[in-house]
Amino acid sequence: MDCNTALIGPLFLQGIILGSLYALIALGYTMVYGVLKLINFAHDSVFMVGGVAAFYVFGSALGLTEPLTGFALIVALFGVLMVGALASASGATLLERGAYRPLRRRGGARLSFLISAIGASFFATYLFQQDFLLGAGKRQFPNLMETSGAFSAFGSPVNNKDLLIVVAVVICLVALDRVINQTRIGRSIRALSEDVVAAQLMGVNVNRVIVTTFLIGGFFGGVAGALYGVNFANVAWNMGFIPGVKAFTAAVLGGIGNIRGAMVGGILLGLIENMSVVCIGAEWANVVAFSVLPLVLIFRPTGLLGERIGG
Amino acid sequence: MATPAADLRSYLDQNYPRISARTPEGVMAPLGGAWRLWWRLGLLRYLVAAAVMIAVPFLIEGGAVPYLEGAAGNTVLFRTGIWILLALGLGVVVGLAGLLDLGYIAFFLLGAYTTALMTNSGASDQFHFATWPTWAVLPVAILVAMAAGAALGLPTLRLRGDYLAIVTLGFHEIVRQTMNNLTITNGSRGIFGIPHPTFNLFGINYEFSLDPAPYWWFLLTPAILLAVLMVRHLDNSRVGRYWTAIREDEVAAAAMGVPVTKMKVLAFVIGASTSGLAGWIYAVQINYISPNNFPLLDSILVLSAVVIGGLGSISGAIFGAVLVITLPEFVREASGGETILGFDIETGRIAIFGLLLVIVMIFRPGGVFAARRRRTELHEASAVDATLAAVSVDESSSKERS
Repeated sequence: MDCNTALIGPLFLQGIILGSLYALIALGYTMVYGVLKLINFAHDSVFMVGGVAAFYVFGSALGLTEPLTGFALIVALFGVLMVGALASASGATLLERGAYRPLRRRGGARLSFLISAIGASFFATYLFQQDFLLGAGKRQFPNLMETSGAFSAFGSPVNNKDLLIVVAVVICLVALDRVINQTRIGRSIRALSEDVVAAQLMGVNVNRVIVTTFLIGGFFGGVAGALYGVNFANVAWNMGFIPGVKAFTAAVLGGIGNIRGAMVGGILLGLIENMSVVCIGAEWANVVAFSVLPLVLIFRPTGLLGERIGG
Repeated sequence: MATPAADLRSYLDQNYPRISARTPEGVMAPLGGAWRLWWRLGLLRYLVAAAVMIAVPFLIEGGAVPYLEGAAGNTVLFRTGIWILLALGLGVVVGLAGLLDLGYIAFFLLGAYTTALMTNSGASDQFHFATWPTWAVLPVAILVAMAAGAALGLPTLRLRGDYLAIVTLGFHEIVRQTMNNLTITNGSRGIFGIPHPTFNLFGINYEFSLDPAPYWWFLLTPAILLAVLMVRHLDNSRVGRYWTAIREDEVAAAAMGVPVTKMKVLAFVIGASTSGLAGWIYAVQINYISPNNFPLLDSILVLSAVVIGGLGSISGAIFGAVLVITLPEFVREASGGETILGFDIETGRIAIFGLLLVIVMIFRPGGVFAARRRRTELHEASAVDATLAAVSVDESSSKERS
């Protein structure tokens, strides 16, 4: 095993960027788990919907092909992220209405929620595979921003897309942390995740809080989907599956149900995955990433930061 | 009868009678002890089932099943048989012991790869480290899958349901990627030339070939019946009642003297055994395996099969496997390449299947064939719903905190 030390800098950077995306997607898993104690298996298609919606609006409808500059660029970037976020938020709400709420009313067992989520995920994902929506191949995402080096960190150049992702993710995470810990709806979400019955007795509208949870999780999933499109310059019907599995792993790694845990877990998983390339090789990156999880869980059975949803 | 364990046992015996309690032993008594044993084990039913199963490929050959005809129909039948074995094994882990396994296909993969690596596969001296006869590898494939079950079960026992789910999902990906990266498995190109089984019995010399019909099914029939026999009797034995107890309340089960650790590992090991067998049959039939034959999606699909059929129910597992494999084929054949409002039915059949999963779960949350024992439990067992409906305050909150 010979280590390629020259790669450490660039891969560390890549790890942080990929990890930030994982963290953003992981929020959707962890928030729903915190409130419903349920693996939101369909969150990968919610993520995909965000990227695809941004592609529709800015690629198909507006037909942007040339990179933008200045104020137009800022407006366009903000627009891309918002379109993705809103589309995914509506998708997540629809998912809750269609696949979860009827089951909750009828009193399904935990596993039936999981299967319902899997079914909804299959449905949404393979629907977008249809030609009238997106088609089977990858579609090119409009190149809004000319890639250019911004500055240098860890001995490797950081380009403006990397910077965009990190800044956007940090803003999202700080905003969510504020919402959860300092607003009324955040308090309701925390109350519900602590004790459903007591929260209900205290006047929390359970159904509305659950929908809001899906909405918030979907919103950030959509931002992640749009960022994915901007960064990797393509979207596809099956783009959600691998990031979804990784983000879910990240959420468990940090402590599922715990929002700060999702952030820590996401960045850590991105770093581990990329740093393993330095010494072990790129083809083993997934093996390393998935082996870390049981190792951590053996010593900390509820993840690194435990299961509390608040800070 | 004063000990808690004995009380539990007598309670379970009364409420969940063994098979023997339902069989007309009295009628058959004059025929002697051997007949009584047959009745007790319900073996005659298996003979009838075997006769029915053997007739199936001939019905398909004759075109009795719409859209599944001839050789193509028998290929689907073969895949269905493999998936029945998988669903039965996973049913033990998820349905009986209540352990959520999202990486079950990893055991199937290991069974298939063991077969490929230990028989004379590949062009020359590559891609195998032994050249055993095909049949001799069969027990090895099963044992390797079972050992993998123990290897996965032992370190993950402390984990609660959802953590177990993601760890098992990761296990699948670890195993698959490893096969993808090693040289001896020929990486992503896969192993080709796995020999077909042959036999020379009573003067009949026969070699199974790629032709799916109908002899491979005759190999699957006894395998499926044996698996059903095993699961059925485990479910009705002390082990099955231990699993029920663990599934319902692990802490209480441990307090009643149930060897929780041992029983959980046993569930993984037994569950993996049928997939090892399925892996062997699959590898020797298909001749060629690569990591792409065992995608993560299949682990999710086989879990869907078990849940849609009904947890803890054998007929449910069989039904689920048949549905998961044949429904997309039916839809493909029946559509004939038609599109409705731009929706191409053939490529969109998984979307249809997904929709069906949601609908079945909404209208029959316990699955199509909810097991008798399960059906009574489902009213109270739902952790999500019990809390939300606020029916049983103390019970659900104690479950959440455990």
